[in-house]
Amino acid sequence: MEKTLEQIKKEALKELEAASDRESIKAISVRYLGRKGMVTQYLRNISNLPREIRPEAGKKANQTKKNLGELFKKAIKQLETPSYDTDNRIDVSLPGRVIPRGSLHPITQITQQICDIFVRLGFDVVEGPEVETDYYNFEALNIPKNHPARDMQDTFYISNNIVLRTHTSPTQPRIMEKQKPPVRIIAPGKVYRCDSDLTHTPMFHQIEGLLVDENVSFGDLKGVLTTFVHQIFDPETSLRFRPSFFPFTEPSAEVDIRCVICKGDGCRVCSHTGWLEVIGAGMVHPAVFENVGYDTTCYTGFAFGMGVERIAMLKYGIDDIRKYFENDLRFLRQF
Amino acid sequence: MKVSLSWLMAGLEVEAVSDRYDYLNRVVIGRLVKIDPHPNADKLKLCRVDIGDRIITVVCGAPNVKYDMLVPCAMPGTCFPKGTILEKSIIRGEASEGMICSEIELGLGANSDGIMELGPNHSVGCPLNKALGLSDPVFEIDLTPNRPDCLSIIGTAREIAAFQKKKVTYPEICLPESFDDISDYTSITIMDPELCPRYAASLVFDITVGRSPFWLQDRLVSVGLKPINNIVDITNFVMMESGQPLHAFDFDRLAEHRIVVRTAGEGESFVTLDGKERRLDPEMLMICDGEKPVALAGVMGGLNSEIENSTTKILLESAYFDPVCIRKTSKKTGLNTDASHRFERGVDPKGTITALHRATQLIAEIGGGKLIKGTIDEYPNPLPDRVIDISGTALNRRLGIDLGINDIENHLKSIEFQVHKIDNDRLRVIPPSCRVDITRFEDITEEIARLFGYNNIKTTFPLIPAEARHPSKKIESRDRIKCLMTGLGFNEAINYSFINHLSCDRLNLEPDDKKRQVVNVLNPLSEDQSIMRTSLIPGLLETMKYNISVQNRNLKLFEIGNVFFNTGQKDSLPDEIEMIAGLWTGKREDAVWFSKEIDCDFYDIKGVVEELLGNLGIVNSDFTHMPTASCFYTKPGFTAQVIIKDEPIGLVGELHPKVLTNYDLKQTAFIFEFNFDKLISHTPDTKSVSPIPKFPATSRDITLIVDKDIEANKILQSVMDLNEELVENLHLFDVFEGDPIPAGRKSISFRITYRSSSETLEDKRVNNLHKSISDRLLRKIDATLPSV
Repeated sequence: MEKTLEQIKKEALKELEAASDRESIKAISVRYLGRKGMVTQYLRNISNLPREIRPEAGKKANQTKKNLGELFKKAIKQLETPSYDTDNRIDVSLPGRVIPRGSLHPITQITQQICDIFVRLGFDVVEGPEVETDYYNFEALNIPKNHPARDMQDTFYISNNIVLRTHTSPTQPRIMEKQKPPVRIIAPGKVYRCDSDLTHTPMFHQIEGLLVDENVSFGDLKGVLTTFVHQIFDPETSLRFRPSFFPFTEPSAEVDIRCVICKGDGCRVCSHTGWLEVIGAGMVHPAVFENVGYDTTCYTGFAFGMGVERIAMLKYGIDDIRKYFENDLRFLRQF
Repeated sequence: MKVSLSWLMAGLEVEAVSDRYDYLNRVVIGRLVKIDPHPNADKLKLCRVDIGDRIITVVCGAPNVKYDMLVPCAMPGTCFPKGTILEKSIIRGEASEGMICSEIELGLGANSDGIMELGPNHSVGCPLNKALGLSDPVFEIDLTPNRPDCLSIIGTAREIAAFQKKKVTYPEICLPESFDDISDYTSITIMDPELCPRYAASLVFDITVGRSPFWLQDRLVSVGLKPINNIVDITNFVMMESGQPLHAFDFDRLAEHRIVVRTAGEGESFVTLDGKERRLDPEMLMICDGEKPVALAGVMGGLNSEIENSTTKILLESAYFDPVCIRKTSKKTGLNTDASHRFERGVDPKGTITALHRATQLIAEIGGGKLIKGTIDEYPNPLPDRVIDISGTALNRRLGIDLGINDIENHLKSIEFQVHKIDNDRLRVIPPSCRVDITRFEDITEEIARLFGYNNIKTTFPLIPAEARHPSKKIESRDRIKCLMTGLGFNEAINYSFINHLSCDRLNLEPDDKKRQVVNVLNPLSEDQSIMRTSLIPGLLETMKYNISVQNRNLKLFEIGNVFFNTGQKDSLPDEIEMIAGLWTGKREDAVWFSKEIDCDFYDIKGVVEELLGNLGIVNSDFTHMPTASCFYTKPGFTAQVIIKDEPIGLVGELHPKVLTNYDLKQTAFIFEFNFDKLISHTPDTKSVSPIPKFPATSRDITLIVDKDIEANKILQSVMDLNEELVENLHLFDVFEGDPIPAGRKSISFRITYRSSSETLEDKRVNNLHKSISDRLLRKIDATLPSV
């Protein structure tokens, strides 16, 4: 009796399972699917079947042929895949080959962050010289010679009329001399004061801001600085504005923020007051406008300045300002 | 009056609060339980003192010690009012574990005769300040220079009163009975009314100079002043109380018994109270008698008219001097006194007489004596009131608030400003004479802002046009280069702009080197910071040295910053040039498990520079040998100058061994240094993309044996000079010296990549071309092919 298609398939699979090399699989393939193979024979014999079942049988036989063909191919491919020793392994805990990256100085990073915030508010970044004339550093800013306000900043002198700038504020008159209102600038840079102790280095970094237009108010100053503080620290930080004195602003203000370390409970960083002084600010003094030829009846403006080291200290928890300029690799690498 | 610690909003910032009796914390009450003679000194005694938790031995020389007496016993660490700190000591061979004290030693009284005896009700071991209930908080107020009106107790009280909505009680002045008439005895002549607008004086005769009563001394000590004698103490007391500096002259020592106020003559000199001779100049204002200067006006009195114990008649001065004049004198003489501090900021020109009367009264009370009737008050041109007209609208607009005109008026009146309404919007304001800082409308806006409360001003935002300027290429490039450098493994350093004045020598610079044109700092904090840098290298070397000292031996550092060149012209700004520099020292990589540590070398730092330039889009840079005698801090032969489009922009090289020695460095370092502005001027602003090749490339290697001194780049350049269209790229992959290469020669191998933009190249064609190139090279340069 002739074998049924099912039987043929079953036997083929059984043989395939037993086969362990490429040659024997090939042989099985020929035995079943070759020209004289069993499946081929079966297909040929379909014409002998009753007409009504012929289409169905043909379909099934072709399907079986196809299936077996794929199985044989797959089996051969599998044999061809090189075997490997499963006990062989690498130590995945060994450190990888890193391409060591360097780091940006924390002062650079904070300066960039601060500038970015003001640039988003429409301010332009400008720069001025670090060695300044007495005029731009003091007189243009309403600090005449022989005024006690000069004692507020210990100045390094190069000559009688040349100083190392004690603040970034000289960029204010420098820009206003060149540009008519509206003015919106931010000016980062190095500044110098003749002072060195735990909390002072003779060189440090400031960022100056100036906005001049018609109808600029103290309320606007509060708005811009509040936005800034909320961006550089966090949106929950509360601020307070205190009266202060800068010869080039009137009214002048000191801006305190809730201590970011203790959140106001009082700690060493905020000298147990719960507040940190971070920005000096005020409405531009009319004498400054007069010095650069701005019409004081038409324009008002505000200016502000802050120390980058101070903000970096608060953001990174740095407790000794001298660390910034020692450039100890172990310090720099943390940024 | 209550003043809370958190009170800050009156514009006065409380910097610190301390208790001036805190030092008594370490002085405890002790009971003398045994008194023995000192074995080695007749006048000393060994006292056994019960201090509560134990009994200690104290060596003491006071005559009044007796058994069971309660005494103040200072423990080691006590800081006495005179500034000394008590330590355990051995006195004549006997240990003294503390000190039993007199009133005067403790600053609690004038008695110095013996140990202070305490009443029997005190408990042993209790700190003295608690036992005696001594507490006196001292507020240190951080006053800004615009508020001289607060440089006094009354001024501070006035400020607090305004914010507490209370009234200040001023001291009552009631002059005692007086005799004769002052104009019979003396006169005042102001030669220079510009510098001395007002000068007033009174006379008190028959006084007795002596020690002030304890309460007066104590008041002075409480604000940090040293008691001297009753007359001087009273002038200081009134200055502290009212803010008006006063000076007392010994009337009998004034020649012709009169006062002349004039500027000093050229070359004149004068001995101030501190015994120092001062050179005077015609800008200095002097108080003189009929013959000679007797005081440096507003700064310090003279030794020649000082109050002495024998003084019986005094002339008391109260004046208003020009602030600028006093400041100049104070600066020139280096004398910063309590008086000059107040005068240079501006005292109340209307407070002259009140203060004079207050002091006269106290002198008559305390120093005895009789007051001569009347006051001389020379005030030839009274300073006018400052009249300021303000507009409510403008004020509201400047502050961003909305106060009614009446509110503004009331606020100003609360701080003793005179206010008259001009119309519904305008006010005429006259600030009190002591408020010398109020001169214009904007100053008034600050007063209103303070009174209204800065924190009550609503937060708003400026309305500004949405326009933007193009960011500066310099700033943009700087940020980009900094990022590239960190990507290349370099850590950014920031060094001080000032360096040691010996740096030029340490850098081995020639005498005429441009880098010696330094800018000197006139008043440096130290020699290490005495000149402005002309190179970033000294800073990086100091940083390297510091890091090596803390065991960071492998460093890749860079810095971008300005250097400063003296232009040689007086009072002109130096040339400020921005530079970028880098330093690599130590190992190329830290030791790792897959490779050995290798020292970094020239080609490491050169690679960094090449990568940096490449990333900036600078493709046409040349590295050539640094010409001799053009850089003395790098090693000759190991330094390249970097040239872009014929312009030298900087250098790459190894540090000169001498420089290493000068900086006491034991390991070599490789540096680069560029002019930042020149560098970015060669950075293209735009980028354009080349198409990806459509056809495959074919490559052929070639090895040439050439003279050892031929630069590799010359050979590669010779290939490029052949201008073969199909040569796409040259890649040098091997340089070798030594056997089998003959001595004095080296082999150089490089790969030539051939590609056509229009077809796939056939091997035969490439072979022919390669052969032709190789033949032409051999003809062009002194080279041979390796023998096979």
